[in-house]
Amino acid sequence: MLDFPRWKTSLIWLTIIVGALLSVPTFVPPSALSFLPESLRPRVNLGLDLAGGSHILLEADIADVRAERLSAMERSIREAMRGEPGSADDIAIGELTSSVNAVTFVVRDATKVDEVRDRLNGLTTGVALTGQRSWDIEVRDTNRVVMTQTAAGLSSFVSEAMLGARDIVERRVNALGTREPTIILQGSDRIVVQVPGLQDPQELKNLLGQTARLEFRMVTDPNSFNPEDAAQGRAPVGSEVVPYASQPGFEVVSRQVMISGDQLEEAQQGFDQDNSQPVVNIRFNGQGATIFSRVTRENVGKRFAMLIDGKVLSAPSINEPINGGSAQISGSFTTESANTMAIALRSGALPVKLSVVEERTVGPDLGAESIRKGAIAGGIATVLTLSFMLIVYGRFGVYANIALAFNILMIIGIMALFGATLTLPGIAGFVLTIGAAVDANVLINERIREEIRRGRRVFAAVETGYKEASRAIMDANITNVIAAALMFVFGSGPIKGFAVVLTIGIVTSVFTGVTVTRMFVAHWLRKARPSSITI
Amino acid sequence: MKLLKLVPDNTNIRFLKWRNVAMAISLLMIAASILLVMVRGLNLGVDFVGGQTVRVEFRQAPNIDQLRQQLSLLADGDVSVQEFGSNRDISIRTPLPAGNQAAADRAAERLKSSIHAHYPSATISSVDTVSGKVSNELLRTGAWSLMLAMIAISIYIWFRFEWQFGVGALFALFHDVALTFGFFALTQLEFNLNIVAALLTIIGYSLNDTIVVYDRIRENLRKYRKMGIVELLDLSVNETLSRTVMTSMFMLIALLVLLLLGPDVIFGFTAAMLLGIFVGTYSSIYMAAPILIWLKVGPDSFVPLAGSEAGPTPPEDKNRGAVV
Repeated sequence: MLDFPRWKTSLIWLTIIVGALLSVPTFVPPSALSFLPESLRPRVNLGLDLAGGSHILLEADIADVRAERLSAMERSIREAMRGEPGSADDIAIGELTSSVNAVTFVVRDATKVDEVRDRLNGLTTGVALTGQRSWDIEVRDTNRVVMTQTAAGLSSFVSEAMLGARDIVERRVNALGTREPTIILQGSDRIVVQVPGLQDPQELKNLLGQTARLEFRMVTDPNSFNPEDAAQGRAPVGSEVVPYASQPGFEVVSRQVMISGDQLEEAQQGFDQDNSQPVVNIRFNGQGATIFSRVTRENVGKRFAMLIDGKVLSAPSINEPINGGSAQISGSFTTESANTMAIALRSGALPVKLSVVEERTVGPDLGAESIRKGAIAGGIATVLTLSFMLIVYGRFGVYANIALAFNILMIIGIMALFGATLTLPGIAGFVLTIGAAVDANVLINERIREEIRRGRRVFAAVETGYKEASRAIMDANITNVIAAALMFVFGSGPIKGFAVVLTIGIVTSVFTGVTVTRMFVAHWLRKARPSSITI
Repeated sequence: MKLLKLVPDNTNIRFLKWRNVAMAISLLMIAASILLVMVRGLNLGVDFVGGQTVRVEFRQAPNIDQLRQQLSLLADGDVSVQEFGSNRDISIRTPLPAGNQAAADRAAERLKSSIHAHYPSATISSVDTVSGKVSNELLRTGAWSLMLAMIAISIYIWFRFEWQFGVGALFALFHDVALTFGFFALTQLEFNLNIVAALLTIIGYSLNDTIVVYDRIRENLRKYRKMGIVELLDLSVNETLSRTVMTSMFMLIALLVLLLLGPDVIFGFTAAMLLGIFVGTYSSIYMAAPILIWLKVGPDSFVPLAGSEAGPTPPEDKNRGAVV
């Protein structure tokens, strides 16, 4: 037990030195070590609650996804049933409506129901592993077809869409020029966005809150419908009534999308040359420009509507064919909202609508204050602990104190190595670890005292002390790791940080409190060969 | 050098003489805590009920009643205005307005601009907004983690010792957690996610203590096979008393310093831990140990070790230190 071969001693010192060296970059300004490569100067990250910044949790709006998929399915059904007018391919359907979760329609000619079913099957896909299809098809009363979204279909659509959404969120956050944002998927329908240093997340929330699906559509000929019908939401076949985004009123526009945001190449905030109002200047890519030019040439004198997320921004007249693919979107923008819109358009449309379900923003002062107070408390607690340890255990207290100092450095070093984040509860965990780390030495030293009292000789007393105490120390620390593991699994943000500090602290304190002090004690016993000890 | 000894050598305090009284008091305290939580309720933070907490730092201590009045017109529901840490740091909690995110953002903006209008020098130090859905999840996972921690740890004790010890540990942990809940119901300190972390730490710490006592009980059960169980438990508690006092001292030092000088934001967290040190130490002696008597733990609960009667310490058993 007290036998330490040279290799063992070397290994222990190596561990201590490496651990302590790893902690150095955290204490010195980054510029001081700039001669080292990045990977050789790990630092402990500060959590948002200490560094200040914004944490935003976004969630896919499932109700919106459901509704979107229903209307997309309506469009697909119409397309699938259409053929050459009068030909056998063309299947007449009617009463196409959507309810909460299903699309229903009537097949005019009941004999074609099987054919309809075949075509609808082509619109659904199998959902991997579940054996379910994305939509259930059911025929009621011989000719009424009901297509219902399955839960599996919906959730697989959402989780796939979230992968794309993450990239787009990242592009948008980066466009704001923030430093080192963290954007990660959480579960199947959430995205965590953390932006250190961000004080007012309103702009970010505005940016992430819009889907930014841009569509250009033709405005329906006003002579083809009765304005009173339109006011009540009834539009002629192939058209729909769409409200304005920021003013009362509506436009009746074609259901057919002339050109969409997919074909955008560039979007910039700018100002209108005539009235200096903020606008968004956009440019389509080659394909988009060709379509835009053709459609505007064919429709001179008519109006088209620019829609974003299903709302009309403006509906200008086409005075002349527009070549080159550039256009200007206007519509009651402020400079800021035009800029936000431009970023959103540049980054592409979000495949799902996201809403903020959790937001935590911490100002820089509060964080700095917490660090300062935490450091003071940690320092005082350490000094008190060290002095107390010395008064109570003498030489053995000194050994425990040196081990404790190593312990503190190693915790910081390992946290830096793993890129762990220090949070506010983490500081508490740190201070607590100092208190708990000495428990191992208390257990050992008390046991040695006890063995000495029982009349054991020095060597035997120390040996038994370490051996008997180690058992309880191991058990106690394993149970603490269990508690910390559960904190890590179930806790969010700051609590995870606390659990990490606690776990690292447990591991290092067993090493320093038991192994390192035993090495010191063994070394002293071998050299001094004391016949009695004061403990 | 004369070293300090807080606990004299060879104490022989008859701790377990009072076990029935202690148990009655403990049960009473647990019942009172549960009653308190049911009647008074916990002051649940936005982490668990949803809503918005805005923390404001004022240059000078504001009049809380006046502030409350100024703000109550702004929100749809109850506005709670509380000090935290100092009288210049005020936490303002409002429910989230019904409807979408835009409505919530507008409400927050109204609140902020109202504060700026009335107190131009005040600064917003943090904003927490948690939707009902997320807060429900946090509540559920928080409750789960507490329960799982208690059960997982008890199972570990069962494996390492005997089933009676597992039951005893579980009971002691339940006592500690219940009393901490009672403390939060009594003081109406905000109960938030951090407190769950504190509770888990208390569970870990309390168990530290319990394990040290249990480990000694097991050792003594093997050593003194003819000793009466009450006497043996007393002996074990006394033998570990010095360590218990010392470690508790060290924890108290760390926590007191943290409570008095540490960050205000974790005041509740530190207070909970401080309480946990006391109840955790108490429960190891008066909850975890006496249960062993009632569950009829005796020398036969452990396989006797050869020659254990002969010497003061049993010979080394290689398997004993193995982790299950």
